[in-house]
Amino acid sequence: MKFHPSEEQVAIQDAVRGTLADVWPKERVEKFVDGEADFDPESWQALMALGLGGLLLPEDQGGAGLGLLDAAMVVEVAGQAAAAGPLGAQMLAAAIVARSTNDAAKAHLDALASGEAVATFAFGGDWLPESWDATPEAGSVRFVQSAGAAQLFILGTKGGGLALVEAGEGVSIEPVKSSDRTRRLSTVTFGGAKAHELFAPGDPFVARIFDAALVLVAADALGGAQYCVDLSVAYAKEREQFGQPIGRFQALKHQLAQMALEVEPARALVWYAGYAHDADLPDAARAAAIAKAHLADRFVSVGRAAVAAHGGIGYTWEYGLNTWFRRALFDRAYLGSPAVHRARAADLAGW
Amino acid sequence: MDLSYGAEAESFRTDVRDFLRGNWQPGALRGSELKAYINAFRLTATEAGYLYRNIPKEFGGSEQPADVVRAQVIREEFGRARAPMEITGNGMNMLVPTLLEKGTPEQKDLFIRKTMSGEYQWGQGYSEPGTGSDLASVRTKGELVGDEWVINGQKIWTSQGDRATHMFALIRTEPQASKHAGISYMLIDLDQPGVTRRPIRQMTGESGFYEFFFDNAKTPASWLIGERGDGWNVSRTTLKHERAAIGSATGLGAQFDKLVELAGEVTRNGQPAIKDPEIRQALTRIEGYVMAHRYSSYRLFSLAAAGEEAGIIQSMMKLLLTETGHEMALAAQELIGDDALVEPASAGTRGRGPEKWLDQIMGSLGNSIAGGTTNIQRNIIAERGLGLPRDLAMETDK
Repeated sequence: MKFHPSEEQVAIQDAVRGTLADVWPKERVEKFVDGEADFDPESWQALMALGLGGLLLPEDQGGAGLGLLDAAMVVEVAGQAAAAGPLGAQMLAAAIVARSTNDAAKAHLDALASGEAVATFAFGGDWLPESWDATPEAGSVRFVQSAGAAQLFILGTKGGGLALVEAGEGVSIEPVKSSDRTRRLSTVTFGGAKAHELFAPGDPFVARIFDAALVLVAADALGGAQYCVDLSVAYAKEREQFGQPIGRFQALKHQLAQMALEVEPARALVWYAGYAHDADLPDAARAAAIAKAHLADRFVSVGRAAVAAHGGIGYTWEYGLNTWFRRALFDRAYLGSPAVHRARAADLAGW
Repeated sequence: MDLSYGAEAESFRTDVRDFLRGNWQPGALRGSELKAYINAFRLTATEAGYLYRNIPKEFGGSEQPADVVRAQVIREEFGRARAPMEITGNGMNMLVPTLLEKGTPEQKDLFIRKTMSGEYQWGQGYSEPGTGSDLASVRTKGELVGDEWVINGQKIWTSQGDRATHMFALIRTEPQASKHAGISYMLIDLDQPGVTRRPIRQMTGESGFYEFFFDNAKTPASWLIGERGDGWNVSRTTLKHERAAIGSATGLGAQFDKLVELAGEVTRNGQPAIKDPEIRQALTRIEGYVMAHRYSSYRLFSLAAAGEEAGIIQSMMKLLLTETGHEMALAAQELIGDDALVEPASAGTRGRGPEKWLDQIMGSLGNSIAGGTTNIQRNIIAERGLGLPRDLAMETDK
């Protein structure tokens, strides 16, 4: 019985945290937020140098052979740092392609694992697999992250299948003016693109991959929410009013305690969702849906509370808290709102 | 991570099951026969090392090395077989651990066995009408006259006060000393002329708490635990022996399951309420908190088994339990609709309808107060967990 992170998991998180502290400090985040790019090659390469691209890839295919729980712990740290780049999609793409039986697709595995080829999700419809409506031959997908930098798209195909689509001819990209400036989105239109079918519509593995993606969004939200708590607590210790740190005032203290209470217990929910997926437990899909819904709500809630806890400075552009608040908006909507996944969880319970 | 208990624990589980199969067969026994059977079973189970594991053999325990995983397996298997575990209550939970750490050999000898057998039942005498969250301001005073303490004052919020034969209490014995240093921890026999008890009727209509009045009540000088004036510290003794359990999470989960059941039974907009999209949202939203609580309790359990520090999450479990209970109360209120206009029959009586949820709806409010109010819990999370500075008033009021 072990239900807390192993030394190895802590070491992986420390490595990701340390790398991002070096290559993605506050100034870099600010510069990126004020720019137009939808991808940051330098921080991406630094993360990929840690071997994250192959984290979910089986060992016999040159990967680290780790599980979704480990990937979630990585994404949590990336979310805390407001990292740019489709890290979760990249990790899952290697696992998806490795699991397929398409040799032409598998020829891309090395580039996926090394991170040399950036991969991103292109799920259309209203996010859920059964609503996906594009094909490599024709169709448009809104809200594709880092599309301009992607060499490979994991396309959700009509009826709920998956295909690997190569960037280039037959793929056109129209940037969306995105509210989350660290994860910029585009509308991608496919028209006779070079593609490799991975999984046919209705293959149970597609649902499993979608669930895994939900868990990674939950993990990102966990990290982002933790950042909001930490920043607010640090500010309350340092900011003085009426001759003392504002963190001594009980009203604020209680707000901060309430924020922490929203986040810390939810950590074990994310772990469970990852663990249930890896162990293929019967409630894995429900756990993923509930984790996504719960963490997205918590991130929005502590994001709002963090601005309130800071006062005026928290409302400014310059202070940067809005970068995380905007990420909360992203995590809430991306892959389906909390209400959508709660409705699914109720269905999955057979209620 | 791995939620299975491992081969060693599973082989231990087989032993426990075999033991229960051979020793727990109450059959159709009832009344005093059943009581005698249970007493004998407890002795056998203690000899086998399954009960009273943290209590030395010389006082009637089984003196086993601390092992939270084994303790959990025992709880699960005894629960499954519906076999009785240790006697519970304030005596076993609070007094005995304190005696084991701070009591003299004579005190241990005098009280532990009788508490284990249920002969002595204990009430907690901490709170007073004026103390509330400022517990160290207790005013009930003790004066040493010869070899007896003479006690005057009032204690309140004593649960199981109807059954209590004895009380462990915080008594001000050193009026000249500072607030915290003037208190002693002493034991009092409640069956004496100087003690009056009175039930407190609570908002549910039931009486779960009692208040006690002391009018020249007496207790032997040798019934003071620890040093004079060190009662505050003595009361803070918590033996960590196998305290980590997955128990409270199971309780919250069971309550949530009942809420889902309720939603299947009552009607809303002409169909079972559980088919109503709004109710489905409300239930799955609450389930997020229920799961967070459940898996955080696994996390705490796992850390305890590994001998690692729990950190901030430990201080959050009570508040999370309380707040999730409030959420469930609101959902239940919506589900029972007009049945909220009906006063439920007492718990345990037959024929209780959906209105029985009023017990939970009102009872959940008690959780925000008992065992440290919600605002005190927030202080603890903020100060001990987040490292925020202490309130100036508390800093200076020593």
